[in-house]
Amino acid sequence: MIGALILRDLRRGFTGSAWLPIAFFLLVATLVPFAVGPDAKLLGRIGAGALWIAALTAALLPIERLIEPDRADGVLDQLLLHGVTDETIAAAKIAAHWLTFGPLLFVAAFPAAALLDIDRSALARVLLSIWIGTPGLAALTVAVAALTAGLPRAGSMAGLLLLPLAVPLLIFAAAFCGDGGNQAMALEAAISILLLAGSPFVTAAALRAART
Amino acid sequence: MSALLRFEDVALQRGGRLLFEGLNFELNPGERLQVAGPNGSGKSSLLRLAAGLLRPERGRVDRSPLALADDAPALDRELPLGQALQFWDRAPEQSMEALGLAHLALVPVRLLSSGQLKRATLARVAASNAPLWLLDEPLNALDVDGAKKLGTLVEAHLETGGAVLAASHQKLGGEWRKLELNP
Repeated sequence: MIGALILRDLRRGFTGSAWLPIAFFLLVATLVPFAVGPDAKLLGRIGAGALWIAALTAALLPIERLIEPDRADGVLDQLLLHGVTDETIAAAKIAAHWLTFGPLLFVAAFPAAALLDIDRSALARVLLSIWIGTPGLAALTVAVAALTAGLPRAGSMAGLLLLPLAVPLLIFAAAFCGDGGNQAMALEAAISILLLAGSPFVTAAALRAART
Repeated sequence: MSALLRFEDVALQRGGRLLFEGLNFELNPGERLQVAGPNGSGKSSLLRLAAGLLRPERGRVDRSPLALADDAPALDRELPLGQALQFWDRAPEQSMEALGLAHLALVPVRLLSSGQLKRATLARVAASNAPLWLLDEPLNALDVDGAKKLGTLVEAHLETGGAVLAASHQKLGGEWRKLELNP
């Protein structure tokens, strides 16, 4: 059932709104040179950080469709009755969400890096930081989506909740992209793993609490 | 044969209000029980409790594998009905046929009427092979033909050793044991 659930979410993602966050990410990357001017040196220096901010804000876009439609439509209840635990549902949601977000973001980082005049070695670090950081970011997004499912103004609430929680990830990802070296990478990976490990349980608890 | 569903001294509280307490009953294979009572008396909550989606305040609920049909169809709106039902059970064709849905297999779920959606929800339950069926207001939105087809399905399910617990304020076809809830 977990495989079917992941496939279902992938289908819904790719036939629906999976492209929106990526378009948004590219749009933000396009706006940065307009905002700070065309100075290539400056852009190269702030580019990686700007990309990570773009990635974080793009991660907010799909948040309302990750959990709430399934909760409102009784899918989460039926999965439980089919013997799928809430933790398994959460893990499947995280995997599916990452698959519709991480790889696309990875690809979109190439044109975005070109727009910001990020050089080759920095680009390699940006790409690596995306591979390392997006699983944790996806896990955090799913947990926040579950915590805000069914609430009024869930979208804005999710933003207020997600962005502060993503700060540690942002700090070490941006530090690694700058020239923080391997320590920053290790810390980014540690935070990503922590989020991945904790999120299924937080998400599952939120799903249970929302079941009334 | 042991009971498919057993409530022992069960109390349920929702939103600070005690809906019922000291509830005891058993549902054995081949039996059907209707939970009746006015709006807000806790019929749907009792079904969700029976399904394990709610926890009792006190008491104990033992259940066998079950299938629940409530207001939420749990079918992907953008998929054709046949495919949407297949997510839950590999072979829904027979129960689709039994509820008169066979000709709608290729129609997207979002285009179905509320009566057709209700039939689809019941088809999901019928296809599940679960011995215990929980039906929340099964007659809502169903026409006379739909109600008749549901009656036939319930009879067949009871004959194969299944049991049905239905919550409804309407009269259901056939002989039902009654459990009255009072607010």
